[in-house]
Amino acid sequence: MASEAAARPLPVVDFLKIPDAGEPYLEGTRCKACGSVYLGERSACSKCGAVGQLEPKRLANEGELYVYSIVHRSFPGVQVPYVSAVVDLKGGGTVKGNLIGIDPSPEKIKMGMPVRVVFQDALGRKDRDGNSYLSYFFEPA
Amino acid sequence: MSDAYVVGIDMLKFQKAGTAKSVQDLGGRVALLALQDAGLTIQQMEALYCGNLYQAGAMVGQRILQEIGQTGIPVVNVANACATGATAFREAWMAIQAGAYDLVLAVGVEQMSAGLLGGGGGAKGIPKEGLLGSATMPAVFAEAGQEHARKYGTTFEQFAKVSVKNHHHSTLNPKAMYQIETPLETVMNAEMIAYPNTKLMCSVNVDGAAAAVLASEKKAKELGLMKRAVRIKASVMTSDPWQERDLVMPDVNTCTRNAAKKAYEMAGIGPEDLSLVELHDCFATAEILHYENLLLCGEGEAGRMIDTGAVALGGKIPVNVSGGLLSKGHPLGATGIANIYEVSTHLRGEADKRQVPNARFGLTHVIGLGSACGIHVLEKVA
Repeated sequence: MASEAAARPLPVVDFLKIPDAGEPYLEGTRCKACGSVYLGERSACSKCGAVGQLEPKRLANEGELYVYSIVHRSFPGVQVPYVSAVVDLKGGGTVKGNLIGIDPSPEKIKMGMPVRVVFQDALGRKDRDGNSYLSYFFEPA
Repeated sequence: MSDAYVVGIDMLKFQKAGTAKSVQDLGGRVALLALQDAGLTIQQMEALYCGNLYQAGAMVGQRILQEIGQTGIPVVNVANACATGATAFREAWMAIQAGAYDLVLAVGVEQMSAGLLGGGGGAKGIPKEGLLGSATMPAVFAEAGQEHARKYGTTFEQFAKVSVKNHHHSTLNPKAMYQIETPLETVMNAEMIAYPNTKLMCSVNVDGAAAAVLASEKKAKELGLMKRAVRIKASVMTSDPWQERDLVMPDVNTCTRNAAKKAYEMAGIGPEDLSLVELHDCFATAEILHYENLLLCGEGEAGRMIDTGAVALGGKIPVNVSGGLLSKGHPLGATGIANIYEVSTHLRGEADKRQVPNARFGLTHVIGLGSACGIHVLEKVA
């Protein structure tokens, strides 16, 4: 019920962290044994299998557009077109999200272009309890 | 270990998604056709391996036996995304290789619905599609294709040419869903689904089924079935090794590269020995990637390969002469065995208008996201 909704927006995914003080950020997992960085928690490192070597790592807000697709057809209720983007963040970690602030056209979007992570409301989407969500997006840097 | 052979194989003409009577009806009818092709009966089969995805858990193999004869044999139901049919076939092959049985049946069957695949996302919170990028299959494979474009400058037009070729091939295949020529402009100007994949560059959801009877060498000889038999030279499955980006961008390349390497080694041949290939063109972008993944050309040469016509019927290495998933259709659980049907038909010299002349070795390939890759190398016997 809307009246029970949290006063603060909830993170759209577990790896988006909203601290009590300071800016939101994305958090990955880093393996101390092999140095690989990825999203989400694991029982052991998915690259080298090391156990007990994983630590949280705050991911950078700067990165580069690795690849993209311009989505023109999606499920009912999803506004199109939009740009689905895969971004390599500086210092490790690859994240997928919407690229905003640019014309959704192959002439405008350049693979390899610098982008930054921005945090905004999740396109007005709410869950069944009326909670708002904070999401992350990419925009040209 | 003696070789295993395909001694009977068939597929039903693929039909519009959702129009089949039932999964067990499709599976039962195609099983009877494969048995008939071998001149055998269900009573002679020692085991059934059944591939089906959307009704996994509903004992589809046993329901097929209710349609054609409940002989009490062991039934194994498998699900492995788009590699489901190839997995069922491979399980059948392994059972014969292991010496457990001499005659087994493998069936792949699927009833589909229309529309986009993938992108469902988790139940937690709010829907993520269109918020955190896209997880629909057209977009996922668009991004995989864009990686090739980024590295090698592959163009929208080159991706589109794959679809032109496969649609042309399907005009020669009466069992394909469509037999319609689609010129380049038509493909490029079709509705854009996820750039660079237009609607005609996305595989067709269809209802379909394919089945194969596999035999040990001893049994095939004993029954006098070697004349039209097809030797299974290699059967390989792989899953995704860890990749830097694979959590957000499924790696559709490495599992195929690893499987191809093993398959050529197992078959004792190289890509230059192949007469034809049926590969997983779930999207036009995917086919380009697999030319390189299957070593049909060198790194970065796939765009040029489609330009030269080397992969068309009449070219150096014809790919997806059946029409491929783009025009023949893609009934997920049946696709792997349908590919084996196509290659077997050429090796038997029975492919009529689309026959690849003097076909001796053929390779079939499927990938299932999640991830699984199945490759089979087949050889003409007689």
